[in-house]
Amino acid sequence: MDEEDTRDFNERCAQCSEVNWGLTDGGRFYCRSCHNVTERTREVVNTDFITNSRVQTISKGSKKQEKNDGGCEWYICEGFQLVLKKQVEALEALGVCPQMKDEILCNFWRCYLQKSKQAYCKRPAGETVKTLSVCESSTDVDSDPERPSLLHLLSLSESEGDLQTDCSFASSVSKVSESTSVYSGSVDGSLYLMKNQKEKLRMTMPMTLSFCYLALLWVREPITLSELLRFVVEGHIPYMNVFQHFPEKMKLCGLDLKIFCVESWPEYKEVFNKMHELAAFLDLPRFPDITESCFLHPDMLCMKYLMEANLPDELHNWTCRVVKKIGIGEVDFLTLTPGNKSTRKVKYDVLAAAVIVVVLKLLFLLDDHYEWLLSEFAEERNKNNTEGGPYFEFKKWYEVVKHSLDVEQKKLDEEKAKYLWRCEKPLFYSVKNKSKVLKRRQMVVNLQNQFGKLSGSVQRAEKPNPSSFQLSWSEENTDGSCFHGHSLKGVLQEKCGLLTVMNPDYWLCTVKLCNEKLCGHLAHYREVEFPQSYHFVLGLFSFLLRIQPSYIHDEFNKSTLVLE
Amino acid sequence: MDSFLEDYEEAPAVVVGGKRRRRRRRRSPATQAALQPLLHLPFLPPQPVSSNEHKSNFKKSKEACLSYIQDALLQKQWKRAAEFLTCYVESLEKDYSREHIGPSEMIWRIGTEILWHHSQSRMKEFSCFMEQMKTLGVKRYLKVCLEHVFHLLCNGQIDEAYQNLSLAESWRFGEQTAIQDKEIKLIQAYRGLLDYCSWSKQKKILLEHGEDGFADLAVEQEMHSYFRKAAVNLKEIIKIPGVWDVFVKCYVDILHDIVPSHELMIDFNTMLQKSKKRKKRQLGLEVIFAALDYAGWKENAKAWSCLARQVKQIVISEKHLDWIKQEWSSRKDWWPDFHFSRYLAKRNWQENKSLSHEKALVAGILLGKDCKYFKYVSHQGCKAQLKRFRMLKKFVTRHNPVYLRISGPPDCSVQR
Repeated sequence: MDEEDTRDFNERCAQCSEVNWGLTDGGRFYCRSCHNVTERTREVVNTDFITNSRVQTISKGSKKQEKNDGGCEWYICEGFQLVLKKQVEALEALGVCPQMKDEILCNFWRCYLQKSKQAYCKRPAGETVKTLSVCESSTDVDSDPERPSLLHLLSLSESEGDLQTDCSFASSVSKVSESTSVYSGSVDGSLYLMKNQKEKLRMTMPMTLSFCYLALLWVREPITLSELLRFVVEGHIPYMNVFQHFPEKMKLCGLDLKIFCVESWPEYKEVFNKMHELAAFLDLPRFPDITESCFLHPDMLCMKYLMEANLPDELHNWTCRVVKKIGIGEVDFLTLTPGNKSTRKVKYDVLAAAVIVVVLKLLFLLDDHYEWLLSEFAEERNKNNTEGGPYFEFKKWYEVVKHSLDVEQKKLDEEKAKYLWRCEKPLFYSVKNKSKVLKRRQMVVNLQNQFGKLSGSVQRAEKPNPSSFQLSWSEENTDGSCFHGHSLKGVLQEKCGLLTVMNPDYWLCTVKLCNEKLCGHLAHYREVEFPQSYHFVLGLFSFLLRIQPSYIHDEFNKSTLVLE
Repeated sequence: MDSFLEDYEEAPAVVVGGKRRRRRRRRSPATQAALQPLLHLPFLPPQPVSSNEHKSNFKKSKEACLSYIQDALLQKQWKRAAEFLTCYVESLEKDYSREHIGPSEMIWRIGTEILWHHSQSRMKEFSCFMEQMKTLGVKRYLKVCLEHVFHLLCNGQIDEAYQNLSLAESWRFGEQTAIQDKEIKLIQAYRGLLDYCSWSKQKKILLEHGEDGFADLAVEQEMHSYFRKAAVNLKEIIKIPGVWDVFVKCYVDILHDIVPSHELMIDFNTMLQKSKKRKKRQLGLEVIFAALDYAGWKENAKAWSCLARQVKQIVISEKHLDWIKQEWSSRKDWWPDFHFSRYLAKRNWQENKSLSHEKALVAGILLGKDCKYFKYVSHQGCKAQLKRFRMLKKFVTRHNPVYLRISGPPDCSVQR
């Protein structure tokens, strides 16, 4: 705010000769470098838009009007700014380079604010901001026919909420006052939910992660989107109840809750798509190249996932071959070029997983028959001949990995069931139900204490340290549960000096393809229609990436089509 | 009103409540018997798979949490159930008024089970928990009170149970009081039951002291006050259609003791006669004999028909003659003059032929065919050519030897 107001004032300071002016509460100019206060006061030059509107500026300073209850006026984008700040700080704590915060994300955010006309721009004269809050409900509110009804606003919100709560909230608010004034702690809460905002890419909580990922991609950090989302679920990156870190005077209530309180985990697809929309919206240039040495390159990711899936290192040769064959290792293919509709939007992690599935299918067919046959041969060979290292046995691998997978999946399911969604900071839709909310909260806390004591010595496990690998296998284990060093010789045959697949036939399992534009899927994945082994492999990567098996199936199909 | 956290404008779940109530009644045992804690496992209504898509993760995660709790409960893993319940309770902060069974009800039922069975749980904590549950929903208030009372009774805390019942009985909440009237009736019934228990305790004390020749007036007065309270409640309850066996028995017990000639005795006898249990039928016989000890019943045809029916049935089956013998032994000295005098025979015949018929049967069985009453009535009846009297004569004549067995050895009371 200071910058805009003092923009016209370019005199040098008497004391320090700097041109760095601010405004005191009394409207006088003062020098920000040496705090020298002058006698000059700001004159209001442009009176066009004073009467019926408010000059909107985003202030990073402390100059805010105090409301009666100790709160202050705040705008939704300020809230999001705080969220982003918290998130990027968490990323920094995880080891991401510090430039991301100050140079990259910050600039992306400022660019967004400017493009969406929320800040850093002169509001076109005459455009009025109809902010609706209880304190300032104007008398002609009812006469405005275009004002959307409260229920309409609530239903438009993209964030999931409890519709029942919305209805009860709506009915409670409408009982409060005669006019259907909308209630929110922020100044523009209701504005935010109005329909015409859609063209300007309205900010949502999942979109904060899109911002983060965009920045991560720019810096080419070794974090994939699925990892980022996993860190969110595990609590290493603030997302769920991040609003509890808002300063005290930023009061959250009413419609703000719909915007900032999420009740679902961020979904991969949503974050991914928004990220691309955002990149285009911000008119970003082509991103830094993703080359072969980059972590996000399929070759690298495949290696990581192969290790994590406890598969032989030798398979890496094959993944590289497939990557080359279908052309997904090219720099132009992999690098993000916003706005270019012809380039495919690459899901690096899903793609890598799909490549591995392709390779497995090439080598083992995964038709519930061939792979077990091969496994038997390998077993025979391993029994009789112990020199030269063991051959890879699919059956043994399956048993070991399935066991670990089941254990981890069970843990994950229990964690999800035990997740605590609410935080200490109480949320009320309106002042009317504040006491009710507080009472409930108190009762919940009491009950938690009472039954917590009865849970015995079972303490809630400490938040696990963030790690890139969810499953790890060590070669040092003597029980032979690590397959990294196993040989694929039992699966391949020498043919003209080149190792090729024993079975030259390869086919796509999917019987019928669908139109991606219609339903978002290239092919529909239903468990019963596919062999169990295929299903297992998909399930494994689905767990590792925390996404639906159908995503991998889609990518797999895309890749295979090219292959054929 | 503020103490109720739930908005009581929820959709009423009357059907569910009704079902549960009926179940409860069927199960409600006498307080003397061990009360089974009522197990209402909160089974999740089956969710259609398609609706899963639109639910938020919050709801899905809470549903998953519930199924973990369910599993733990079924396997009696109370610690694990408590662990998951701790995570579930925050559902209270969400509005579930559309759901069939809301989180507050779930928490109440699950919490009750856990606290009841968990080894480390104390009754004090249990009561504290129940008090909290009472504030959670106006529509459930009385139900929660009742269940709390049941648990207290199971734990032997009769006094606390009584206090809670009294408190619950005096609860008023606008139209809710009318809606939950069935629960109120149950509460009143159980309070009456507890009054009865106190009364019988007092009676016992009195009897013991009575033997010493020492009658405590205070105790007696207390006893009467319990009687009054119990009687009032129980009387009200019986008016409502339903299965009230236990309560009726208590009521009748009191009355039997204090007012054996009460008109209910007839119904009681009828009820008891129908019972498959021998003890009950014997009691029935006792009751009707006792009723007819009183002058007020002398002319009551219905009472006599009850007695006649039962006596006849016993005679025909030739089983349990000893019951009659037992009852008759204390009465054989004075009943003949009291009921079966010749004068009465004439009068009964003139005024009420049915009465005389019934009495004649009884007299014939108890005193033999040669007794005055029977001889006169049957003679008159046969003269009047009334079929039933002829049959009566045949019947009594056929079973004549019975009276000898009933009346015992012939050294005492010789029949005339």
